[in-house]
Amino acid sequence: MNVLPDLRRASLGQGQHYPMENTGCYNFLDPWYSFMAPQGAVHDMKHHEHALAAIEAFGLERHFGTTKAVDGVDLRVERGSVFGLLGPNGAGKTTLVRILATLLLPHAGTARVFGHDVVNEPDEVRSRISLTGQFASLDEDLTGSENLVMIARLYGFDRKAARERAMFLLDSFGLSDAADRQVKSFSGGMRRRIDIAASLVVTPDLIFLDEPTTGLDPRRRNQVWSIIRALAAAGTTVLLTTQYLDEADQLTDRIAVVDHGRIIAEGTSGELKAQVGNSALHVRVARAEQRQSALRVLENVLNTTVVPGNDAFSCHASVEDGAIAGDAMISLAKEGIEVTDFSLGRPSLDEVFLALTGTTATEEAHA
Amino acid sequence: MSTDLKQNSSNPGSGTTESQGTVTHEMLKQVLLTGTRPGRSGPLSASATFCWRALLKIKHVPEQMLDVTMFPIMFTLMFTFLFGGALAGSTAAYLQFLLPGILVQSIVFITVYTGFGINTDISKGIFDRIRSLPVWRPSAIVGALLADTVRYLIAASVILVLGFILGYRPEGGLAGVAFGVVLTLVFCFSVSWIWTLLGLVLRSPNSVMGVSMMILFPLTFASNIFVDPATMPPWLEAFVSVNPITLLVTSVRGAMDGALALGDVALTLAASLAFVVVFAPLTMFIYRRKH
Ligand SMILES: Nc1ncnc2c1ncn2[C@@H]1O[C@H](COP(=O)(O)OP(=O)(O)O)[C@@H](O)[C@H]1O
Ligand SMILES: [Mg+2]
Repeated sequence: MNVLPDLRRASLGQGQHYPMENTGCYNFLDPWYSFMAPQGAVHDMKHHEHALAAIEAFGLERHFGTTKAVDGVDLRVERGSVFGLLGPNGAGKTTLVRILATLLLPHAGTARVFGHDVVNEPDEVRSRISLTGQFASLDEDLTGSENLVMIARLYGFDRKAARERAMFLLDSFGLSDAADRQVKSFSGGMRRRIDIAASLVVTPDLIFLDEPTTGLDPRRRNQVWSIIRALAAAGTTVLLTTQYLDEADQLTDRIAVVDHGRIIAEGTSGELKAQVGNSALHVRVARAEQRQSALRVLENVLNTTVVPGNDAFSCHASVEDGAIAGDAMISLAKEGIEVTDFSLGRPSLDEVFLALTGTTATEEAHA
Repeated sequence: MSTDLKQNSSNPGSGTTESQGTVTHEMLKQVLLTGTRPGRSGPLSASATFCWRALLKIKHVPEQMLDVTMFPIMFTLMFTFLFGGALAGSTAAYLQFLLPGILVQSIVFITVYTGFGINTDISKGIFDRIRSLPVWRPSAIVGALLADTVRYLIAASVILVLGFILGYRPEGGLAGVAFGVVLTLVFCFSVSWIWTLLGLVLRSPNSVMGVSMMILFPLTFASNIFVDPATMPPWLEAFVSVNPITLLVTSVRGAMDGALALGDVALTLAASLAFVVVFAPLTMFIYRRKH
């Protein structure tokens, strides 16, 4: 299990140095190569590999009419990592993914995928990535196996090999019963699985998953999560977009928070939490008309901005030092403000979003 | 937030009938280990695969063949019996004149479904997946057009059989008919690049239909399909004589009547080539830039 990422890593570096890559005959598990390669070369490729990220983007912009869907994005995704683009509906996640997957031209900026420019070398990029789009990315009229055979044929498998690969994928994804059914008859969970299976007809170096769990019930979402975890464990670089904070928190190594086409924060989920303060204070008042005074009292004591929550009763603040919370509680009691809930904890990503944008992701999505 | 997720994962499989979704790390590792990239598919094989896809769609959605069979039957019967007596004295005599023309008209009309199909495709996620594959770019469109020629061939057979039943007898024999049909297919393949362009540029499948019809109606009616252009006012006759549909109809009529006019055939092929040369690169340009 553990050797897999290492072997893969070695051959990824090898791809940069050996013309074998150009034959299209790319086998990431070819131990012979790393075995036979001269020592210097191995060393060199390690060095090279560190320099070369899976994705590097500088100043990407893309607008639709007056909407700036992507508005100056810099991004770096390391090889073998799971990177999350987190943002509400309309933040620009899909647009960004489509630019990186060579489907959309940026209006400004540059992006490289494994060192290849997405605008000038789209074919190089395409032969390393696969894309599972936000919406079903298969032919609804065709059966599950026909879809996979088609994709395998397009990748260059001969007829027999394409059929075998399709069957193997259907089997591995628990879809062999549905092989001969039209995709339009698939349930939401089966659809996501076959979408992802279709992205693995040929092992990609980088897989884009655009909102892979949106619209799935928790059980189906867990199935997709386990697939993503397995991809990560096998060393595939994953770029994942999501509207769910817990999803990014659970699955990704690094997260970029996207809002109105910009990346407003980036880091590990721990770093993001740290950026907002050590602790998050939640207060809930008993009577809505007292919230205004609660906000005022809390701001005085905590000496920081206190944000009203979604409902009429709650207030949130991030505090550097948890000890001050006691003072806050006392002050509220002194003013005669009745409190039903008072808690201090590590900020959730939702609070990160709140602190970064002034509104919660949920509010934005509804705006 | 993480608590409710743990709860969910601890009670899996609450009795559903759909395929079990357990994808283990072990299985997925096997998938990734065996996903060796074969040599790239060539332009021909990629086009053939897209053609196969379109033919599978005919198999799974046979309703779409209704247009291909009903259009031609309707046209042939309607024009033969409506106009036959008035235009040629008898329906039998008119059929002899009309059939090659109606063959051309029916098939040319069916070509608009190409643009319709491409526009429908774009609005679906499959288009993105196809475009993110490392294949020869035009193959998706070339493949679709090749599959369409199968539909044209079916339409042609329907018309010829119907014509034969109604009493049409081609002087040019089987060879003449075959030549006429093949020439029509070549022309339609070429004209289709206009519709692929429209399919990529216009917003909805319906607007593609609308615009295509607006182009096709004048082109097919202001031609020599139904009447001899000599009976038309000079300005119209001038237009009709340079209309590429007229060139095609003259060639097909010649072939099927056993009086093949090579000059017209050459002009038809030149017109076809011109369509491809102008509209194929434009289509591919838009296809590449399409958001
Ligand atoms: N093809 C398009 N035409 C016009 N506007 C678009 C198009 N695609 C996206 N947009 C707009 O760009 C913004 C970002 O959209 P998108 O990238 O889909 O966001 P997300 O994937 O984060 O929900 C939205 O305001 C959306 O309406
Ligand atoms: Mg999206």
